[in-house]
Amino acid sequence: MERGREAPMIDWINVILQGVLVGGLYAMFAAGLSLIFGVMRLVNIAHGDLIVLAAYVALVTTETLGVGPLISLAFVVPLMAVIGYALQRLVLNRTLGDDLLPPLLVTFGLSVIIQNGLLAVFTADSRKLQAGDIEVATIRVFEGVYVGLLPLLQFAVAVAVIAALQFVFYRTALGRAFRATADSQSVAQLMGLDNRHVFALAMALSLAVVAIAGVFLAVRANFDPAIGPARLIFGFEAVIIGGLGSLWGTFAGGLVLGVAQAIGAHINPGWQLLAGHMAFLVILAVRPEGLFPRVRP
Amino acid sequence: MSEPPLLAVRHLDAFYGDFQALFDLSVDVQAGEAVAVVGANGAGKSTLLSSIAGLIRTRRDAVTFDGAAIGGTPAHAIAARGIALVPEGRALFPSLTVEENLLIGGQLKHPGYWNLRRVYELFPTLAERAHVPSTALSGGQQQMAAIGRGLMSNPKLLLCDEISLGLAPIVVRDIYARLPTILAQGTSLMLVEQDVVQALKATQRVYCLQEGRVALAGAAKDLTREAIAAAYFGV
Amino acid sequence: MSVRVAFASRSSHIGMAFCAAALLALTAAPLWGGRDDLQLLSEVYTYVALASLWNLLAGYAGLVSVGQQAYVGLGAYILFAFAILAGLSPLWAIPLAGIIAAIVAMPVAGLVFRLRGHYFAIGTWIIAEVFRLLASQVSVLGGGSGISLPASLVIAIASSRQWRDFIEYWIALALVVAVLALIVLLLRSRYGLALKAIRDSELAAACNGIDVLRTKVLVYIITAAATAMVGAFIFLQRLRISPDAAFSVNDWTAFVIFITVIGGIGRIEGPIVGTIVFFALRQTLADLGTIYLLTLGVVAILVMLMAPKGIWGLIVESFGWQVFPLERSVILGDRRVVSEQKSRG
Repeated sequence: MERGREAPMIDWINVILQGVLVGGLYAMFAAGLSLIFGVMRLVNIAHGDLIVLAAYVALVTTETLGVGPLISLAFVVPLMAVIGYALQRLVLNRTLGDDLLPPLLVTFGLSVIIQNGLLAVFTADSRKLQAGDIEVATIRVFEGVYVGLLPLLQFAVAVAVIAALQFVFYRTALGRAFRATADSQSVAQLMGLDNRHVFALAMALSLAVVAIAGVFLAVRANFDPAIGPARLIFGFEAVIIGGLGSLWGTFAGGLVLGVAQAIGAHINPGWQLLAGHMAFLVILAVRPEGLFPRVRP
Repeated sequence: MSEPPLLAVRHLDAFYGDFQALFDLSVDVQAGEAVAVVGANGAGKSTLLSSIAGLIRTRRDAVTFDGAAIGGTPAHAIAARGIALVPEGRALFPSLTVEENLLIGGQLKHPGYWNLRRVYELFPTLAERAHVPSTALSGGQQQMAAIGRGLMSNPKLLLCDEISLGLAPIVVRDIYARLPTILAQGTSLMLVEQDVVQALKATQRVYCLQEGRVALAGAAKDLTREAIAAAYFGV
Repeated sequence: MSVRVAFASRSSHIGMAFCAAALLALTAAPLWGGRDDLQLLSEVYTYVALASLWNLLAGYAGLVSVGQQAYVGLGAYILFAFAILAGLSPLWAIPLAGIIAAIVAMPVAGLVFRLRGHYFAIGTWIIAEVFRLLASQVSVLGGGSGISLPASLVIAIASSRQWRDFIEYWIALALVVAVLALIVLLLRSRYGLALKAIRDSELAAACNGIDVLRTKVLVYIITAAATAMVGAFIFLQRLRISPDAAFSVNDWTAFVIFITVIGGIGRIEGPIVGTIVFFALRQTLADLGTIYLLTLGVVAILVMLMAPKGIWGLIVESFGWQVFPLERSVILGDRRVVSEQKSRG
């Protein structure tokens, strides 16, 4: 009798738990985006496609070297960081300035190029990285409530990544350079900081995070060249829900988005994405500054 | 004055777009001296400092520093050569605390007398507020922090743009009282000022700019108030 | 001595004469063109219209939207909804789609204008996604897999296929002429002056009494309505709709953006030039799918980095031409004293 009444409650706990765990992944999508906007006021429309690119790089790495996804990180992360540095230095630095059109249009063009490049090389077939037994392992939290080990691991990594980014930003010379350059490019130059180099380092860091997110995406679910824009949108929604200027706020935003989607999916599988968008639109309507904005001076 | 000057500006023309702000300007600073550049608003004083610091592009040979032509070099490279600019209006980084502003001034890690501890000795009020956001300081404290930030790179030449601007006279005197220590430790000074009296007291030589040209130049002790007023206002 | 502001110049006189001649020739196309020619021309017209509208939004109002496919799809679905549910003739549904889209655009603007700059762009994309997802939930209009236009309504347009082709062709031509006329009139009006002021400096414009937000929202709504009408027509011609096709980012945004960037942003002739180049490339290269899109992307990036004013921008800078009479000049007596052309940076 009691168990019958408890069952829907257990269901909801499971749903919310799943939402929180996937929210960690969304927070990782968002962190790289947020970093770049904070440092150079650039929104990289190709961000989601770069996550997918990282997933394919991981795929190629695991297949050619015969290693597992976790080991592939050691290769994918530095490679994506180098790509980020080069991309910023060679292409994106030229678009920075007062005019909003060039960076938007160039990153949009980049998005199309990456998607179609991947399509040409890998075709539209769905792929997935195999992580072995860890994919199906679960932990029993309490009666009736189970968490997947892999999602839990991803969540822990997401927390670690955000904490690491916070540390870099607020406790290292590099972070000081990022914040100073964001405040004033010209005065930062007076300190001996080369803006072009600082921006390129920021993009490298962003793509390093993208690489981690990409590998986890690849292990978690099927991926194909076209899913990039949706990841950009999830990351973006997490940033807006959480509030600008705060990495932990972005993290919270990711969790809210994940939970909203999970609830939507539980009611009707076709409503998963819509539920997430609705959460975003509601926040935009009633609290556009986000849930945890950091007031910037 | 037989050795070449530390900083030599020769026939400098400076433009903001189509507007010409400086015309065939020549000034110099010897190693170890403090030079003042005075003039009314719009005379071109800040433009001169921005040109030297590399924020405005100039002809290669228009600015020579430590024997090398640095005109047209990007600002971060000029900072690396040992010129530090304390910008007009302080321009501390709002996202950084006081101490972080000082630390980023020391980004270049040039060896020398100045480090965090010594800057705090020079300006004790900053030590008390080390972890406060730079925006929470008073005008005078911000000016001290901006100067301290400039010193952290152990520059050979410190350019100060209107450090007395917007500050009470007693605060200005307090700050100017520190300048001899800075000079004594080997940093030469170029002070741009509207407060002519303070500038004359603190420096050995004075240039007076008027509408982008040098209207008067000479030793501080030799110039009379009247001569300076005449050059300042162009009467 | 009289002082007046004139829009025309010698090159625009020539340009307008050329356009009038071209319009005559194109209206008579059913006489000299085959079915394929008319189809191709219709496609060209719809892309000129969509690109010109995107250009109005981005190049003139400074609102970069990557979500105009929201209104293409909305207009198309309105037409199909009225056709299937109310039996309304598709011809009436086109202007109706415009009106309804304008109404829908108002609350959307209320939401999306809370975001600025880059964030605004992504916000428009999300709106398009929401529309797409909502459309897939409406099973009476085919849900996720889509639906076809009822044959009876199609036949009601005209009894023979040939006349249907002619009528649809003339609708396309009328739409693109109307869109271009709308844009020219808007730019010549005081709203146009306001837009140029906003584009140069929002702060200065606001200080001069221009209600920046209201002007931008107005342009957004007008663009939404016109885009919806073009979208309605496109899918009328296709006879079949599905959410993925109606709200396709590639077809209605990527191509449109690339056309406008390559042709020249911020000038009315730009999208026209860009569309011609786009179709010339497509006809000669033959549709290579992904490689084609990839190449377009690369070319657009190169243009943006090296010649940000596009092909027409380069022409204007070299020769000072304009086809449409839009550049304001001050005429004192009989002398042209100041020309917007020369003073533009």
